[in-house]
Amino acid sequence: MARLNVNIQNLELKNPVMTASGTFGYGLEFADFIHLEDLGGIIVKGTTLHPREGNDYPRMVETASGMLNCVGLQNKGVDYFCKHIYPEIKSIDTNMIVNVSGSTLEDYAECAARINELDKIPAIELNISCPNVRQGGMAFGVTCEGAASVVKAVRAKYNKTLIVKLSPNVTNIADIACAVEAEGADSVSLINTLMGMAIDIEKRKPILSIGTGGLSGPAVKPVALRMVWQVAKAVKIPVVGLGGICTAQDAIEFLMAGATAIEIGTANFLDPAVTIKVRDGINDWLDRHGCQSVQEIIGAIS
Amino acid sequence: MLDLQVVSVDTLSDKYVLIKLTYGHPLPSMVPGQFVEVLIDNGAQTFLRRPISINNVDIEKNQLWLLVAMVGDGTRHLARLKAGDSLNCVLPLGNGFTFPDTVMQAAERRFLLVGGGVGVAPLLYFGKELHDMGCVPSFLLGARTAKDLLLVREFMRYGNVYLTTEDGSGGEKGFVTDHSILKSERFDQISTCGPLPMMKAVARYAAKVNTYCEASLENMMACGLGACLCCVEKTKMGNVCVCKEGPVFDVNKLLWL
Repeated sequence: MARLNVNIQNLELKNPVMTASGTFGYGLEFADFIHLEDLGGIIVKGTTLHPREGNDYPRMVETASGMLNCVGLQNKGVDYFCKHIYPEIKSIDTNMIVNVSGSTLEDYAECAARINELDKIPAIELNISCPNVRQGGMAFGVTCEGAASVVKAVRAKYNKTLIVKLSPNVTNIADIACAVEAEGADSVSLINTLMGMAIDIEKRKPILSIGTGGLSGPAVKPVALRMVWQVAKAVKIPVVGLGGICTAQDAIEFLMAGATAIEIGTANFLDPAVTIKVRDGINDWLDRHGCQSVQEIIGAIS
Repeated sequence: MLDLQVVSVDTLSDKYVLIKLTYGHPLPSMVPGQFVEVLIDNGAQTFLRRPISINNVDIEKNQLWLLVAMVGDGTRHLARLKAGDSLNCVLPLGNGFTFPDTVMQAAERRFLLVGGGVGVAPLLYFGKELHDMGCVPSFLLGARTAKDLLLVREFMRYGNVYLTTEDGSGGEKGFVTDHSILKSERFDQISTCGPLPMMKAVARYAAKVNTYCEASLENMMACGLGACLCCVEKTKMGNVCVCKEGPVFDVNKLLWL
């Protein structure tokens, strides 16, 4: 049994497998399928300062080896989270991490500040990369200045582990990663979804209600892997890799590309127990290759 | 999540199959109106699970029935399953139809179950359970043509069956809401499943005659567990997940009327 624990700065993960925001609810939805405490971390649904209804239906469509979604950050707001959801999840014995989003710098900072007060939430993942909301969201994440400004505003109000989730819909993702690192981000996670679209040719109109959506699933994995590799070379802070991971082999590729931890998203829809299978598969691979610790393969490609 | 075994795949017409599944242990308890998410084959075009209504549960034979319309690559793949094949299912999911509170109420309560096309699927199991409680439900089943009227003999085992077809090839000609039974009889509860325009028409009829009406929706889903928030329906309580809060909704809570 190899050692699977990894660290994202001060945040200790019992293994590198976490769940991607928006694909795992608040964790409780999957409690019938896995022991939630077996995960390295659970990144819960995107949370904003004020409640959001999200976009109209249809919000998803299946595409080749993946899916597009335009949920649009539907959530009941941070106050509801603190009052009603936090008490339900705070006893889950793993890193419960809140994905934080917003439309203005003030909203981001205020939302993060509220979460900072919650003892059992050791980290946030700052979402500056949601492609499905009109204001804010990805708009901040596509320029170095925009990304830096959000991180600076949040860093001033938030003193625990700050992971910044990056958009792949940019010219040079490594530049953005360096910009958020310079403002005090503890880690970057990537990639959020790739903007895409699908058309109903009988109706001659886009299938998704807002026309476009974010592509996820195995279709995006090679792109995500390449970006993780580029970013891991460019920054000193730990990188969390995600994008189409379905198997232990996928996860190990991300680790070898330089990710310290990984997140599993869309694959949860195919197999609600996939996360534990990936964790066990990483362990088996390490054992087969005589590795004592997962640390030995992080960034291991030459 | 269970790997069920295919007992048989019966071809009902060029468009529909009835898949009977079993399991090595007793199946979990399932209520009418719930659904299963079946894994197709992880193929590039059939990647996500497909939500399929529970058509019937035969406890004695430990069987679960799925009525499937072949509409795309995923459902056509299901139709090609053979006896002995394995089918991975997450089940049971969602809520269910409304039952009478007591057996005494069941005998008196007049149920109308209105189905259209493959939407008749969950009404068979519901009707059977009502029948077993001592109720005699009425089934009003509609389809485009007589060939698309599904499992009529099965429905006849559990209650009164009324049929409509759009081309008049079976039952009364027209839509379900045109059927004469709606003019001659009154009901205490209407439960419906089928194409959206049909269910909305049924809901309008129910509102007109002041009868409780519930509808089973089939919005496109990804997770089936209330986690991804893709299958939402706008309701008077805001956007809610059809997979978790539904698929059966009191139509008065929807924004249809």
